[in-house]
Amino acid sequence: MAVVEENPGYKWVGTRPIRPDGLEKVTGKAQFGADLMLPGMLFGKVVRSPHAHARIISIDTTAAEAMVGVKAVITGSDFPDLAANGAHPSEIDVANNTIAREKVLYEGHVVAAVAATTRDQAEAAAKAVEVTYEILPHVLTVDEAMADDAPLLHEGMITKGVDPAPEEASNVASKILHERGDLDQGFGEADAVVEREFTTKPVHQGYIEPHAAVADANSDGRAHIWCSSQGHFQMRAYSASVLGISPGMLKVTAAEIGGGFGGKTVIYLEPLAVRLSQRAGRPVKLVMDRDEVFRATGPTSGTRIKVKMGVSKDGKITAAEVWMAYEAGAYAGSPVGAAGMTAIACYDIPNFVVEGYDVVCNKPRVAAYRAPGAPMAAFAVESVLDELARDIGMDPIEIRLANAAVEGTQASYGPKFPRIGFVETLEAIKDHPNYTAELGPNQGRGIAAGFWFNAGMMSSATVHINENGTATVVTGSPDIGGSRQSMALMAAEELGIPYESIKAVVADTETVGFNDVTGGSRVTLATGAAVVDACRLIVEDLRARAAKTWDVELDQVEWVDGQAQHAEGAQPPLSLKDLAAKSGRTGGPISANASLNSRGVGAGFSTQLCDVEVDPETGVTRVVRYLTAQDAGRAISPDYVEGQMQGGVVQGIGWALSEEYIHDSDGVMENPGFLDYRIPVASDLPMIDCAIVEVPNPAHPYGVRGVGEVGIVPPMAAVGNAINDALDVRMTDLPMSPVKILEALNDQGD
Amino acid sequence: MARTHVTTVVNGDETEFLTEDSTSLLNALRDEVGLTGAKEGCGTGDCGACSVMVDDKVTCACLVFAPEVDGSTILTVEGLADSGELHPLQQCFLEGAALQCGICTPGFLISAKALLDRNPDPTETEIRYALAGNLCRCTGYDKIIRAVQEAAREMRGQ
Ligand code: FES
Ligand code: FES
Repeated sequence: MAVVEENPGYKWVGTRPIRPDGLEKVTGKAQFGADLMLPGMLFGKVVRSPHAHARIISIDTTAAEAMVGVKAVITGSDFPDLAANGAHPSEIDVANNTIAREKVLYEGHVVAAVAATTRDQAEAAAKAVEVTYEILPHVLTVDEAMADDAPLLHEGMITKGVDPAPEEASNVASKILHERGDLDQGFGEADAVVEREFTTKPVHQGYIEPHAAVADANSDGRAHIWCSSQGHFQMRAYSASVLGISPGMLKVTAAEIGGGFGGKTVIYLEPLAVRLSQRAGRPVKLVMDRDEVFRATGPTSGTRIKVKMGVSKDGKITAAEVWMAYEAGAYAGSPVGAAGMTAIACYDIPNFVVEGYDVVCNKPRVAAYRAPGAPMAAFAVESVLDELARDIGMDPIEIRLANAAVEGTQASYGPKFPRIGFVETLEAIKDHPNYTAELGPNQGRGIAAGFWFNAGMMSSATVHINENGTATVVTGSPDIGGSRQSMALMAAEELGIPYESIKAVVADTETVGFNDVTGGSRVTLATGAAVVDACRLIVEDLRARAAKTWDVELDQVEWVDGQAQHAEGAQPPLSLKDLAAKSGRTGGPISANASLNSRGVGAGFSTQLCDVEVDPETGVTRVVRYLTAQDAGRAISPDYVEGQMQGGVVQGIGWALSEEYIHDSDGVMENPGFLDYRIPVASDLPMIDCAIVEVPNPAHPYGVRGVGEVGIVPPMAAVGNAINDALDVRMTDLPMSPVKILEALNDQGD
Repeated sequence: MARTHVTTVVNGDETEFLTEDSTSLLNALRDEVGLTGAKEGCGTGDCGACSVMVDDKVTCACLVFAPEVDGSTILTVEGLADSGELHPLQQCFLEGAALQCGICTPGFLISAKALLDRNPDPTETEIRYALAGNLCRCTGYDKIIRAVQEAAREMRGQ
């Protein structure tokens, strides 16, 4: 079911053919990060800190180096001191997170790495590296880190965004603030006010493929890296910076990527593999174990969020006050900035204050996770809005409609919204049979909405016409969820040739122009626009060649259905195949490049409807029905748009009900495996119903907005609101585990 | 170091390899036999990405020591297609967009084949429980379940 507007009758865009990379993936041929084997390749292993916070007194590698099969051992001292070289603080953080120098800041922080001829030898050598630590006191949560006498992770950290700047260092890296109107006046006008405090735990992106990298270094300083990454150009830049070399010395090939969700936009293993390979003179493969993935990569922030909102009797939100603190992990850079911008962006609110803090603590450095920062804020705001709707006796869709941001609304974070489709997602929910489906005993229904900006950024594409009139579309955006299909569909539409005649590929950093990471839901939007631009250059070229062949003016030639046609029909048409065959006589190979800075993003909205059944005896919540409505702008590839919608929802359901990082009092993670960090499995879930809404983004040739992220924003509140509907208990701490639900039921009985 | 000589039939071919006693079947298949279709998602039996059939039983290859399969018959995802002709499950996964990143796909295909071998007409719930040991983080399982339903229908000749 889709709300489709202005579909001008595309032939390929919006269809559901088989994806270009599908065959390799169902036959086991696809090469993922850990699959590559090179002649003479060594296996590497990383040595990690067992302590949450400690000073490194000494590292003794002599025993490890003397072991059978060991070819290289490296520590932080094998890398340049970027601070001494005047590097940007963020680069220094990346370098120190890759391998610790003076201090380790979380359990799992890398202190050394080894390479040996077999896996077993590498593991044994890693155990033989002797590190002496002076253990320091640690802080694990925003509460501990913000306490007055808290031990500091970074002695010189002065909070940014506070005027005048504080004199004392703290664990608060920065403060953000968004304000409008007059809060007191707004709350004065309210007929109902709700104030609540929420907490969420760090959760991991949970991609099934652990991080992997292979490096092959040459003696002249150049190296080739193959890695599982959401952005091999970014890997190149980060790795070069950590290694202290020019990016051009590195060639990076993106392997097939086994999931990322933001967590593979950063480096962990790549520079280590290069340095080991340089020291050993042989290729080196580094692959993380699952427990290393949990202990040392991702996750996203744990948070504390306070929300106070007021509404008038007619459902208008009169004021909103949001305070939030986000864990950054070991280095500054939690997504609190995005959280502050998105928290109330769905609504047109005259008076608000949104205040946020980026707080470091002794946990792994957070990485992007699908709409980074937005889901936790939405959990808080959408829960409070649900309660306000109940207080004034208003339907949860109606209260959202009464306040929904529309074209022209001044977004809470600044600009005026261009055309957006939030209202359409609310209506799609209302029109769906799930909205009125009957609920059984102990069942409840919840609604929540979410907003995400979607990113644009830089992309390049090259299109080659092959000698038989087929085409190759080359981009540098790793394909994480079917983007090669959307590139090929847009190219087919532009060139007027069948989808099957087009091969879309992802090339290495030396074969195609620069591309920013696959992130921010940007690939179909921005890389897609580059593909469209390149195809249009090709069509221009083809028209010119036809004009020359016919000896007519260019404006006499039209490109229709994959062939050049003479405007007055004075010449028989020339197909792409004909023109390709003649290319040697009409100007040479047919090929075009396009590079761009995205011309405009299209904000994404999602509204979701969740039915749960809660067992009041055990506290176990089961999602029994789920509907997600999302504005895709235009669904180029509806199969994979639905896939993004469904995948985001299910990650959100896991976040809502079962996923969390658990640390003991020493700061050691207690559940670094899928047995105890429980992501949803097939038997936990119903089908996830999708309503694709299409309100085209005016800034994209096909109206694309980007679909990867916003789907994870509403689920936690949708589930929480459904639990509240079933049992009349308001859950404010994620995950909403059976124990907490039973506690809440008990409290309710008191 | 003495290595153990293992003789097996892998995807229909007699296959011999040498391995350490502590090496998992998964690493032996990937490093020694050169079949990298089975993936390591966890190494602890929790994700199913390494699923293969050992003597017709779905097995987490990460939990078995390589020498244990001496004399066994093994099927990996690379052996599912029959002389280039895709298995109906492979075809239905492709047509139904039942994969996004595809890292979990080999494991799902093997587990789903084992299910349909023993139960050609499973209910949705039976499919969900049969695949509960296979984690997918991308799809939310919806399209995977539908693809298995469709393959089951086709294999029953409906
Ligand atoms: S790798 Fe064997 S179950 Fe996960
Ligand atoms: S398709 Fe990515 S884990 Fe299943």
